[in-house]
Amino acid sequence: MSLLATSLTQGLAETVRAVVPIGVILAVFQFAVLRRRVPHGRRVAAGAVMVVAGLALFIVGLEAALFPIGRTMAEQLTSPEFLAGPGAVAADISWWQYYWVFLFAAAISLATTLAEPALIAVGLEAEDVSGGTVRAWPLRVTIAIGVGVSVALSMWRIVVGAPLFAFLLVGYTVVAVLTMLAPRSIVPLAYDSGGVTTSTVTVPIVTALGLGLASTVPGRSELEDGFGVIALAVMFPMIAVMGYARLSVALGRRSRRQR
Amino acid sequence: MAARATGETLRDVAPVVAVVAVFQLLVIREPFPELGKTLVGLVAVVAGLTLFVQGLRLALFPLGDGMATSFARKGSVPWLLAFAFALGFGTTVAEPALIGVADEAARARDLSGADGLRGGDYAVALRYTVAVSVGTAIAVGVIRIVRGWPIHRIIIGGYAIALALTPLAPDDAVGIAYDAGGVTTSTITVPLVAALGIGLSRSIRGRSPMLDGFGLIALASLSPILFVLVFGMVVG
Repeated sequence: MSLLATSLTQGLAETVRAVVPIGVILAVFQFAVLRRRVPHGRRVAAGAVMVVAGLALFIVGLEAALFPIGRTMAEQLTSPEFLAGPGAVAADISWWQYYWVFLFAAAISLATTLAEPALIAVGLEAEDVSGGTVRAWPLRVTIAIGVGVSVALSMWRIVVGAPLFAFLLVGYTVVAVLTMLAPRSIVPLAYDSGGVTTSTVTVPIVTALGLGLASTVPGRSELEDGFGVIALAVMFPMIAVMGYARLSVALGRRSRRQR
Repeated sequence: MAARATGETLRDVAPVVAVVAVFQLLVIREPFPELGKTLVGLVAVVAGLTLFVQGLRLALFPLGDGMATSFARKGSVPWLLAFAFALGFGTTVAEPALIGVADEAARARDLSGADGLRGGDYAVALRYTVAVSVGTAIAVGVIRIVRGWPIHRIIIGGYAIALALTPLAPDDAVGIAYDAGGVTTSTITVPLVAALGIGLSRSIRGRSPMLDGFGLIALASLSPILFVLVFGMVVG
Protein backbone atom coordinates (compact mmCIF):
# COMPACT_ATOMS: atom_id res chain seq x y z
CA MET A 1 0.00 0.00 0.00
CA SER A 2 2.92 2.35 0.70
CA LEU A 3 4.09 1.61 -2.85
CA LEU A 4 0.75 2.84 -4.14
CA ALA A 5 1.01 5.98 -2.01
CA THR A 6 4.48 6.70 -3.43
CA SER A 7 3.33 6.28 -7.03
CA LEU A 8 0.28 8.40 -6.30
CA THR A 9 2.48 11.23 -5.03
CA GLN A 10 4.67 10.85 -8.11
CA GLY A 11 1.68 10.86 -10.44
CA LEU A 12 0.31 13.94 -8.74
CA ALA A 13 3.67 15.71 -9.01
CA GLU A 14 3.88 14.89 -12.73
CA THR A 15 0.36 16.10 -13.45
CA VAL A 16 0.91 19.30 -11.48
CA ARG A 17 4.13 19.96 -13.42
CA ALA A 18 2.26 19.56 -16.71
CA VAL A 19 -0.57 21.80 -15.53
CA VAL A 20 1.46 24.68 -14.03
CA PRO A 21 2.34 26.39 -17.37
CA ILE A 22 -1.32 26.29 -18.43
CA GLY A 23 -2.40 27.70 -15.07
CA VAL A 24 0.14 30.53 -15.28
CA ILE A 25 -0.94 31.51 -18.82
CA LEU A 26 -4.62 31.44 -17.90
CA ALA A 27 -4.01 33.51 -14.75
CA VAL A 28 -1.85 36.12 -16.51
CA PHE A 29 -4.38 36.72 -19.26
CA GLN A 30 -7.40 36.57 -16.96
CA PHE A 31 -6.08 39.02 -14.38
CA ALA A 32 -3.51 41.18 -16.22
CA VAL A 33 -5.06 41.45 -19.68
CA LEU A 34 -8.78 40.90 -19.25
CA ARG A 35 -8.72 42.27 -15.66
CA ARG A 36 -11.81 40.37 -14.71
CA ARG A 37 -12.63 38.06 -11.88
CA VAL A 38 -13.50 34.52 -12.84
CA PRO A 39 -17.28 34.08 -12.58
CA HIS A 40 -18.15 31.37 -10.03
CA GLY A 41 -14.47 31.40 -8.99
CA ARG A 42 -14.85 28.90 -6.16
CA ARG A 43 -16.66 26.36 -8.30
CA VAL A 44 -14.04 26.68 -11.05
CA ALA A 45 -11.22 26.28 -8.51
CA ALA A 46 -12.86 23.16 -7.10
CA GLY A 47 -13.29 21.82 -10.64
CA ALA A 48 -9.63 22.50 -11.44
CA VAL A 49 -8.55 20.52 -8.37
CA MET A 50 -10.83 17.68 -9.50
CA VAL A 51 -9.30 17.71 -12.99
CA VAL A 52 -5.73 17.52 -11.66
CA ALA A 53 -6.46 14.95 -8.94
CA GLY A 54 -8.62 12.88 -11.29
CA LEU A 55 -5.99 12.83 -14.03
CA ALA A 56 -3.25 11.88 -11.55
CA LEU A 57 -5.36 9.05 -10.12
CA PHE A 58 -6.24 7.90 -13.63
CA ILE A 59 -2.59 7.78 -14.77
CA VAL A 60 -1.42 6.01 -11.59
CA GLY A 61 -4.21 3.46 -12.09
CA LEU A 62 -3.17 2.89 -15.70
CA GLU A 63 0.45 2.37 -14.63
CA ALA A 64 -0.66 -0.23 -12.10
CA ALA A 65 -3.42 -2.01 -13.98
CA LEU A 66 -3.08 -1.63 -17.72
CA PHE A 67 0.38 -0.69 -18.97
CA PRO A 68 2.48 -3.57 -17.51
CA ILE A 69 0.08 -6.28 -18.65
CA GLY A 70 -0.47 -4.54 -22.00
CA ARG A 71 3.26 -4.47 -22.67
CA THR A 72 3.71 -8.11 -21.64
CA MET A 73 0.82 -9.15 -23.88
CA ALA A 74 2.27 -7.23 -26.81
CA GLU A 75 5.60 -9.04 -26.33
CA GLN A 76 3.98 -12.46 -25.98
CA LEU A 77 1.64 -12.08 -28.95
CA THR A 78 4.44 -10.97 -31.27
CA SER A 79 6.93 -13.70 -30.28
CA PRO A 80 7.64 -16.32 -33.00
CA GLU A 81 6.89 -19.21 -30.57
CA PHE A 82 3.37 -17.92 -30.00
CA LEU A 83 2.71 -17.20 -33.66
CA ALA A 84 3.87 -20.45 -35.23
CA GLY A 85 4.50 -22.91 -32.39
CA PRO A 86 7.63 -23.87 -30.45
CA GLY A 87 10.93 -23.74 -32.30
CA ALA A 88 9.59 -21.48 -35.05
CA VAL A 89 11.91 -19.03 -36.78
CA ALA A 90 10.58 -15.55 -37.48
CA ALA A 91 11.72 -15.64 -41.13
CA ASP A 92 9.42 -18.60 -41.90
CA ILE A 93 6.21 -16.95 -40.65
CA SER A 94 3.94 -15.62 -43.39
CA TRP A 95 1.96 -12.45 -42.84
CA TRP A 96 -1.42 -14.07 -42.19
CA GLN A 97 -0.05 -16.02 -39.23
CA TYR A 98 0.06 -12.74 -37.35
CA TYR A 99 -3.75 -12.75 -37.20
CA TRP A 100 -3.86 -12.67 -33.37
CA VAL A 101 -1.66 -9.57 -33.46
CA PHE A 102 -4.01 -7.84 -35.92
CA LEU A 103 -7.07 -8.81 -33.88
CA PHE A 104 -5.52 -7.73 -30.58
CA ALA A 105 -4.30 -4.46 -32.13
CA ALA A 106 -7.78 -3.64 -33.42
CA ALA A 107 -9.59 -4.63 -30.21
CA ILE A 108 -7.25 -3.00 -27.68
CA SER A 109 -6.92 0.30 -29.54
CA LEU A 110 -10.69 0.47 -30.04
CA ALA A 111 -11.15 -0.10 -26.31
CA THR A 112 -8.47 2.36 -25.15
CA THR A 113 -9.92 5.06 -27.44
CA LEU A 114 -13.27 4.73 -25.66
CA ALA A 115 -11.49 5.35 -22.34
CA GLU A 116 -9.53 8.38 -23.65
CA PRO A 117 -10.37 11.39 -21.41
CA ALA A 118 -9.72 14.02 -24.11
CA LEU A 119 -12.17 12.27 -26.43
CA ILE A 120 -14.78 12.11 -23.67
CA ALA A 121 -14.42 15.90 -23.39
CA VAL A 122 -14.83 16.49 -27.12
CA GLY A 123 -17.84 14.14 -27.20
CA LEU A 124 -19.53 16.18 -24.46
CA GLU A 125 -18.79 19.44 -26.30
CA ALA A 126 -20.11 18.07 -29.60
CA GLU A 127 -23.35 16.86 -28.01
CA ASP A 128 -23.82 20.23 -26.33
CA VAL A 129 -22.98 22.38 -29.38
CA SER A 130 -25.05 20.36 -31.87
CA GLY A 131 -28.07 20.52 -29.58
CA GLY A 132 -28.11 16.71 -29.35
CA THR A 133 -28.01 16.01 -33.12
CA VAL A 134 -24.55 14.55 -32.64
CA ARG A 135 -24.63 12.19 -29.66
CA ALA A 136 -21.45 11.64 -27.66
CA TRP A 137 -21.39 7.85 -27.36
CA PRO A 138 -22.06 6.95 -31.05
CA LEU A 139 -19.51 9.60 -32.07
CA ARG A 140 -16.90 8.05 -29.79
CA VAL A 141 -17.69 4.52 -30.96
CA THR A 142 -17.31 5.63 -34.61
CA ILE A 143 -13.96 7.26 -33.83
CA ALA A 144 -12.84 4.19 -31.86
CA ILE A 145 -13.66 1.91 -34.80
CA GLY A 146 -11.56 4.19 -37.01
CA VAL A 147 -8.62 3.96 -34.61
CA GLY A 148 -9.02 0.16 -34.30
CA VAL A 149 -8.93 -0.34 -38.07
CA SER A 150 -5.97 2.02 -38.43
CA VAL A 151 -3.84 0.29 -35.80
CA ALA A 152 -4.55 -3.19 -37.22
CA LEU A 153 -3.63 -1.85 -40.66
CA SER A 154 -0.41 -0.36 -39.23
CA MET A 155 0.55 -3.74 -37.78
CA TRP A 156 -0.02 -5.32 -41.20
CA ARG A 157 2.06 -2.54 -42.76
CA ILE A 158 4.95 -3.30 -40.40
CA VAL A 159 4.73 -7.06 -41.09
CA VAL A 160 4.77 -6.76 -44.88
CA GLY A 161 7.00 -3.67 -44.91
CA ALA A 162 4.66 -1.47 -47.00
CA PRO A 163 5.64 2.21 -47.21
CA LEU A 164 3.80 4.60 -44.88
CA PHE A 165 3.75 7.31 -47.56
CA ALA A 166 1.42 5.28 -49.80
CA PHE A 167 -1.10 4.90 -46.97
CA LEU A 168 -0.98 8.63 -46.20
CA LEU A 169 -1.41 9.58 -49.86
CA VAL A 170 -4.42 7.30 -50.41
CA GLY A 171 -5.90 8.13 -46.99
CA TYR A 172 -5.78 11.90 -47.34
CA THR A 173 -7.21 11.63 -50.86
CA VAL A 174 -10.15 9.78 -49.30
CA VAL A 175 -10.37 12.52 -46.62
CA ALA A 176 -10.53 15.18 -49.37
CA VAL A 177 -13.24 13.32 -51.30
CA LEU A 178 -15.32 12.65 -48.17
CA THR A 179 -15.04 16.33 -47.22
CA MET A 180 -17.00 17.17 -50.36
CA LEU A 181 -19.58 14.41 -49.83
CA ALA A 182 -20.22 14.61 -46.07
CA PRO A 183 -22.72 17.03 -44.47
CA ARG A 184 -20.91 20.36 -44.11
CA SER A 185 -21.58 20.75 -40.39
CA ILE A 186 -19.81 17.51 -39.42
CA VAL A 187 -16.51 18.28 -41.23
CA PRO A 188 -14.75 20.45 -38.58
CA LEU A 189 -15.67 17.99 -35.81
CA ALA A 190 -14.42 15.09 -37.95
CA TYR A 191 -11.05 16.83 -38.45
CA ASP A 192 -10.75 17.46 -34.71
CA SER A 193 -11.52 13.85 -33.86
CA GLY A 194 -8.25 12.82 -35.50
CA GLY A 195 -6.04 14.72 -33.08
CA VAL A 196 -7.80 13.84 -29.84
CA THR A 197 -7.71 10.08 -30.14
CA THR A 198 -3.99 9.53 -29.71
CA SER A 199 -3.46 10.41 -26.10
CA THR A 200 -2.86 9.14 -22.57
CA VAL A 201 -4.25 5.61 -22.81
CA THR A 202 -3.80 4.60 -26.44
CA VAL A 203 -0.26 5.76 -27.26
CA PRO A 204 1.72 3.64 -24.74
CA ILE A 205 -0.10 0.39 -25.63
CA VAL A 206 0.05 0.95 -29.37
CA THR A 207 3.72 1.95 -29.23
CA ALA A 208 4.53 -1.27 -27.34
CA LEU A 209 2.77 -3.29 -30.04
CA GLY A 210 4.58 -1.49 -32.86
CA LEU A 211 8.00 -1.86 -31.22
CA GLY A 212 7.36 -5.54 -30.36
CA LEU A 213 6.41 -6.29 -33.93
CA ALA A 214 9.28 -4.31 -35.47
CA SER A 215 11.76 -6.26 -33.33
CA THR A 216 10.22 -9.67 -34.23
CA VAL A 217 9.78 -9.36 -38.00
CA PRO A 218 13.12 -9.87 -39.76
CA GLY A 219 14.40 -6.88 -41.71
CA ARG A 220 12.43 -4.27 -39.73
CA SER A 221 14.07 -1.66 -37.55
CA GLU A 222 12.34 -0.27 -34.48
CA LEU A 223 13.37 3.22 -35.45
CA GLU A 224 12.29 3.24 -39.07
CA ASP A 225 9.23 0.99 -39.12
CA GLY A 226 7.81 1.52 -35.64
CA PHE A 227 6.75 5.09 -36.42
CA GLY A 228 3.74 6.04 -38.47
CA VAL A 229 1.25 4.14 -36.32
CA ILE A 230 0.13 7.41 -34.76
CA ALA A 231 -0.01 9.13 -38.18
CA LEU A 232 -2.60 6.61 -39.40
CA ALA A 233 -4.47 6.74 -36.07
CA VAL A 234 -4.90 10.50 -36.64
CA MET A 235 -6.14 10.01 -40.21
CA PHE A 236 -8.66 7.19 -39.87
CA PRO A 237 -11.08 8.81 -37.38
CA MET A 238 -11.59 11.66 -39.89
CA ILE A 239 -12.58 9.08 -42.53
CA ALA A 240 -14.77 7.17 -40.05
CA VAL A 241 -16.71 10.21 -38.81
CA MET A 242 -17.32 11.74 -42.26
CA GLY A 243 -18.11 8.32 -43.73
CA TYR A 244 -20.61 7.56 -40.97
CA ALA A 245 -22.29 10.96 -41.38
CA ARG A 246 -22.53 10.52 -45.16
CA LEU A 247 -23.95 7.03 -44.70
CA SER A 248 -26.60 8.10 -42.20
CA VAL A 249 -27.72 10.90 -44.54
CA ALA A 250 -28.04 8.39 -47.37
CA LEU A 251 -29.93 5.87 -45.21
CA GLY A 252 -32.22 8.59 -43.86
CA ARG A 253 -33.10 9.66 -47.42
CA ARG A 254 -33.86 6.11 -48.48
CA SER A 255 -36.11 5.38 -45.50
CA ARG A 256 -38.03 8.62 -46.16
CA ARG A 257 -38.53 7.64 -49.78
CA GLN A 258 -39.86 4.22 -48.78
CA ARG A 259 -42.41 5.81 -46.51
CA MET B 1 -25.35 12.49 -10.12
CA ALA B 2 -22.23 10.80 -8.76
CA ALA B 3 -23.77 7.36 -9.30
CA ARG B 4 -24.66 8.17 -12.88
CA ALA B 5 -21.20 9.60 -13.56
CA THR B 6 -19.53 6.48 -12.15
CA GLY B 7 -21.83 4.34 -14.30
CA GLU B 8 -20.73 6.21 -17.43
CA THR B 9 -17.08 5.79 -16.48
CA LEU B 10 -17.58 2.06 -15.95
CA ARG B 11 -19.03 1.86 -19.47
CA ASP B 12 -15.97 3.78 -20.80
CA VAL B 13 -13.45 1.50 -19.10
CA ALA B 14 -15.25 -1.88 -19.45
CA PRO B 15 -14.11 -2.54 -23.06
CA VAL B 16 -10.41 -2.30 -22.10
CA VAL B 17 -10.92 -4.74 -19.21
CA ALA B 18 -12.86 -7.13 -21.46
CA VAL B 19 -10.25 -7.11 -24.25
CA VAL B 20 -7.33 -7.62 -21.86
CA ALA B 21 -9.14 -10.41 -19.97
CA VAL B 22 -10.22 -12.28 -23.13
CA PHE B 23 -6.78 -12.20 -24.71
CA GLN B 24 -4.91 -12.99 -21.51
CA LEU B 25 -7.13 -15.91 -20.41
CA LEU B 26 -8.33 -17.37 -23.74
CA VAL B 27 -5.63 -16.55 -26.31
CA ILE B 28 -2.37 -16.38 -24.38
CA ARG B 29 -3.91 -18.75 -21.76
CA GLU B 30 -2.12 -17.47 -18.74
CA PRO B 31 -3.49 -16.21 -15.42
CA PHE B 32 -3.24 -12.53 -14.51
CA PRO B 33 0.08 -11.64 -12.92
CA GLU B 34 -0.47 -9.59 -9.73
CA LEU B 35 -4.26 -9.68 -9.86
CA GLY B 36 -4.58 -7.63 -6.65
CA LYS B 37 -2.49 -4.76 -7.99
CA THR B 38 -4.46 -4.79 -11.23
CA LEU B 39 -7.77 -4.52 -9.38
CA VAL B 40 -6.57 -1.65 -7.18
CA GLY B 41 -5.32 0.08 -10.33
CA LEU B 42 -8.69 -0.33 -12.00
CA VAL B 43 -10.49 1.25 -9.05
CA ALA B 44 -8.09 4.20 -9.35
CA VAL B 45 -8.74 4.45 -13.11
CA VAL B 46 -12.52 4.56 -12.65
CA ALA B 47 -12.38 7.01 -9.73
CA GLY B 48 -9.86 9.24 -11.52
CA LEU B 49 -11.79 9.38 -14.78
CA THR B 50 -15.06 10.14 -12.95
CA LEU B 51 -13.41 13.01 -11.06
CA PHE B 52 -11.79 14.32 -14.25
CA VAL B 53 -15.06 14.44 -16.19
CA GLN B 54 -16.85 16.22 -13.33
CA GLY B 55 -13.96 18.70 -13.12
CA LEU B 56 -14.19 19.33 -16.87
CA ARG B 57 -17.79 20.46 -16.52
CA LEU B 58 -17.05 22.61 -13.47
CA ALA B 59 -13.74 24.17 -14.51
CA LEU B 60 -12.19 23.67 -17.95
CA PHE B 61 -15.31 24.17 -20.12
CA PRO B 62 -16.58 27.31 -18.35
CA LEU B 63 -13.05 28.73 -18.08
CA GLY B 64 -12.23 28.35 -21.80
CA ASP B 65 -15.67 29.52 -22.79
CA GLY B 66 -15.63 32.49 -20.39
CA MET B 67 -12.21 33.72 -21.50
CA ALA B 68 -13.28 33.47 -25.15
CA THR B 69 -16.36 35.57 -24.42
CA SER B 70 -14.35 38.18 -22.48
CA PHE B 71 -11.80 38.49 -25.31
CA ALA B 72 -14.58 38.89 -27.85
CA ARG B 73 -16.17 41.60 -25.70
CA LYS B 74 -12.83 43.35 -25.22
CA GLY B 75 -12.52 43.34 -29.01
CA SER B 76 -8.71 43.30 -29.11
CA VAL B 77 -7.55 40.85 -31.76
CA PRO B 78 -3.80 41.21 -30.95
CA TRP B 79 -4.37 40.22 -27.31
CA LEU B 80 -6.58 37.35 -28.39
CA LEU B 81 -3.85 36.11 -30.74
CA ALA B 82 -1.20 36.51 -28.03
CA PHE B 83 -3.38 34.43 -25.71
CA ALA B 84 -3.94 31.77 -28.40
CA PHE B 85 -0.23 31.52 -29.15
CA ALA B 86 0.73 31.41 -25.47
CA LEU B 87 -1.82 28.69 -24.77
CA GLY B 88 -0.57 26.50 -27.64
CA PHE B 89 3.13 27.15 -26.95
CA GLY B 90 2.90 26.86 -23.15
CA THR B 91 0.95 23.64 -23.07
CA THR B 92 3.22 21.95 -25.60
CA VAL B 93 6.72 22.94 -24.50
CA ALA B 94 6.29 21.17 -21.14
CA GLU B 95 4.35 18.20 -22.52
CA PRO B 96 5.97 15.01 -21.09
CA ALA B 97 5.15 12.92 -24.19
CA LEU B 98 6.91 15.46 -26.42
CA ILE B 99 10.00 15.56 -24.18
CA GLY B 100 10.13 11.76 -24.51
CA VAL B 101 9.85 11.82 -28.30
CA ALA B 102 12.46 14.59 -28.64
CA ASP B 103 15.01 12.79 -26.43
CA GLU B 104 14.43 9.54 -28.31
CA ALA B 105 14.91 11.30 -31.65
CA ALA B 106 18.14 12.97 -30.45
CA ARG B 107 19.54 9.62 -29.29
CA ALA B 108 18.75 7.95 -32.64
CA ARG B 109 20.38 10.85 -34.45
CA ASP B 110 23.58 10.66 -32.41
CA LEU B 111 23.79 6.92 -33.13
CA SER B 112 23.40 7.50 -36.86
CA GLY B 113 26.31 9.96 -36.76
CA ALA B 114 24.50 12.76 -38.62
CA ASP B 115 26.08 16.20 -39.03
CA GLY B 116 24.72 19.43 -37.59
CA LEU B 117 22.93 19.76 -34.25
CA ARG B 118 23.56 16.91 -31.82
CA GLY B 119 22.24 15.45 -28.59
CA GLY B 120 20.57 17.77 -26.12
CA ASP B 121 20.72 20.79 -28.45
CA TYR B 122 18.79 18.86 -31.09
CA ALA B 123 16.17 17.70 -28.57
CA VAL B 124 15.62 21.26 -27.26
CA ALA B 125 15.48 22.75 -30.78
CA LEU B 126 12.96 20.11 -31.80
CA ARG B 127 10.79 20.74 -28.74
CA TYR B 128 10.73 24.49 -29.32
CA THR B 129 9.96 23.96 -33.02
CA VAL B 130 6.93 21.83 -32.12
CA ALA B 131 5.80 24.25 -29.38
CA VAL B 132 6.03 27.24 -31.78
CA SER B 133 4.12 25.23 -34.37
CA VAL B 134 1.25 24.51 -31.96
CA GLY B 135 1.15 28.15 -30.80
CA THR B 136 1.02 29.27 -34.43
CA ALA B 137 -1.69 26.72 -35.18
CA ILE B 138 -3.98 27.95 -32.38
CA ALA B 139 -3.38 31.58 -33.39
CA VAL B 140 -4.13 30.84 -37.06
CA GLY B 141 -7.19 28.87 -35.96
CA VAL B 142 -8.43 31.87 -33.97
CA ILE B 143 -7.95 34.18 -36.98
CA ARG B 144 -9.92 31.65 -38.99
CA ILE B 145 -12.81 31.78 -36.50
CA VAL B 146 -12.77 35.60 -36.43
CA ARG B 147 -12.69 35.81 -40.22
CA GLY B 148 -14.94 32.81 -40.89
CA TRP B 149 -12.55 31.02 -43.26
CA PRO B 150 -13.68 27.47 -44.09
CA ILE B 151 -11.56 24.90 -42.24
CA HIS B 152 -11.48 22.27 -44.99
CA ARG B 153 -9.36 24.38 -47.35
CA ILE B 154 -6.72 24.94 -44.66
CA ILE B 155 -6.63 21.30 -43.53
CA ILE B 156 -6.64 19.67 -46.97
CA GLY B 157 -4.21 22.27 -48.33
CA GLY B 158 -1.98 21.72 -45.29
CA TYR B 159 -1.89 17.95 -45.64
CA ALA B 160 -1.23 18.33 -49.39
CA ILE B 161 1.82 20.49 -48.57
CA ALA B 162 2.91 17.97 -45.90
CA LEU B 163 2.70 15.10 -48.39
CA ALA B 164 4.61 17.13 -50.97
CA LEU B 165 7.37 17.97 -48.45
CA THR B 166 7.66 14.39 -47.16
CA PRO B 167 9.87 12.98 -49.97
CA LEU B 168 12.15 16.04 -49.67
CA ALA B 169 12.77 15.79 -45.91
CA PRO B 170 15.34 13.45 -44.31
CA ASP B 171 13.90 10.08 -43.22
CA ASP B 172 14.39 10.52 -39.47
CA ALA B 173 12.57 13.87 -39.56
CA VAL B 174 9.60 12.30 -41.40
CA GLY B 175 9.08 9.77 -38.61
CA ILE B 176 9.22 12.38 -35.86
CA ALA B 177 7.06 14.82 -37.82
CA TYR B 178 4.08 12.51 -38.23
CA ASP B 179 4.32 11.26 -34.64
CA ALA B 180 4.63 14.80 -33.23
CA GLY B 181 1.28 15.70 -34.79
CA GLY B 182 -0.50 13.16 -32.63
CA VAL B 183 1.51 13.67 -29.47
CA THR B 184 0.93 17.39 -28.98
CA THR B 185 -2.77 17.40 -28.18
CA SER B 186 -2.80 16.44 -24.51
CA THR B 187 -5.63 15.64 -22.15
CA ILE B 188 -5.86 19.06 -20.52
CA THR B 189 -5.15 21.12 -23.64
CA VAL B 190 -7.92 19.53 -25.71
CA PRO B 191 -10.93 20.49 -23.56
CA LEU B 192 -9.56 23.99 -22.98
CA VAL B 193 -8.82 24.66 -26.65
CA ALA B 194 -12.15 23.16 -27.76
CA ALA B 195 -14.00 25.37 -25.27
CA LEU B 196 -12.03 28.42 -26.51
CA GLY B 197 -13.03 27.80 -30.13
CA ILE B 198 -16.65 27.13 -29.31
CA GLY B 199 -16.87 30.15 -26.99
CA LEU B 200 -15.40 32.45 -29.66
CA SER B 201 -17.70 31.21 -32.40
CA ARG B 202 -20.67 31.71 -30.07
CA SER B 203 -19.79 35.29 -29.21
CA ILE B 204 -18.86 36.52 -32.71
CA ARG B 205 -21.88 37.36 -34.80
CA GLY B 206 -22.36 35.26 -37.93
CA ARG B 207 -20.28 32.31 -36.72
CA SER B 208 -21.75 28.92 -35.98
CA PRO B 209 -20.21 26.78 -33.19
CA MET B 210 -20.51 23.58 -35.25
CA LEU B 211 -18.93 25.03 -38.43
CA ASP B 212 -16.43 27.46 -36.89
CA GLY B 213 -15.96 26.34 -33.27
CA PHE B 214 -14.31 23.03 -34.03
CA GLY B 215 -11.07 22.80 -35.99
CA LEU B 216 -8.45 24.18 -33.57
CA ILE B 217 -7.33 20.69 -32.52
CA ALA B 218 -7.11 19.60 -36.15
CA LEU B 219 -4.79 22.55 -36.86
CA ALA B 220 -2.70 21.72 -33.77
CA SER B 221 -2.19 18.18 -35.11
CA LEU B 222 -1.35 19.33 -38.64
CA SER B 223 1.08 22.18 -38.09
CA PRO B 224 3.76 20.20 -36.15
CA ILE B 225 4.04 17.92 -39.21
CA LEU B 226 4.80 20.89 -41.47
CA PHE B 227 7.14 22.61 -39.01
CA VAL B 228 9.16 19.47 -38.21
CA LEU B 229 9.52 18.52 -41.89
CA VAL B 230 10.93 21.98 -42.62
CA PHE B 231 13.06 21.80 -39.43
CA GLY B 232 14.47 18.50 -40.71
CA MET B 233 15.35 20.02 -44.08
CA VAL B 234 17.04 23.02 -42.47
CA VAL B 235 18.97 21.15 -39.76
CA GLY B 236 19.85 18.38 -42.22
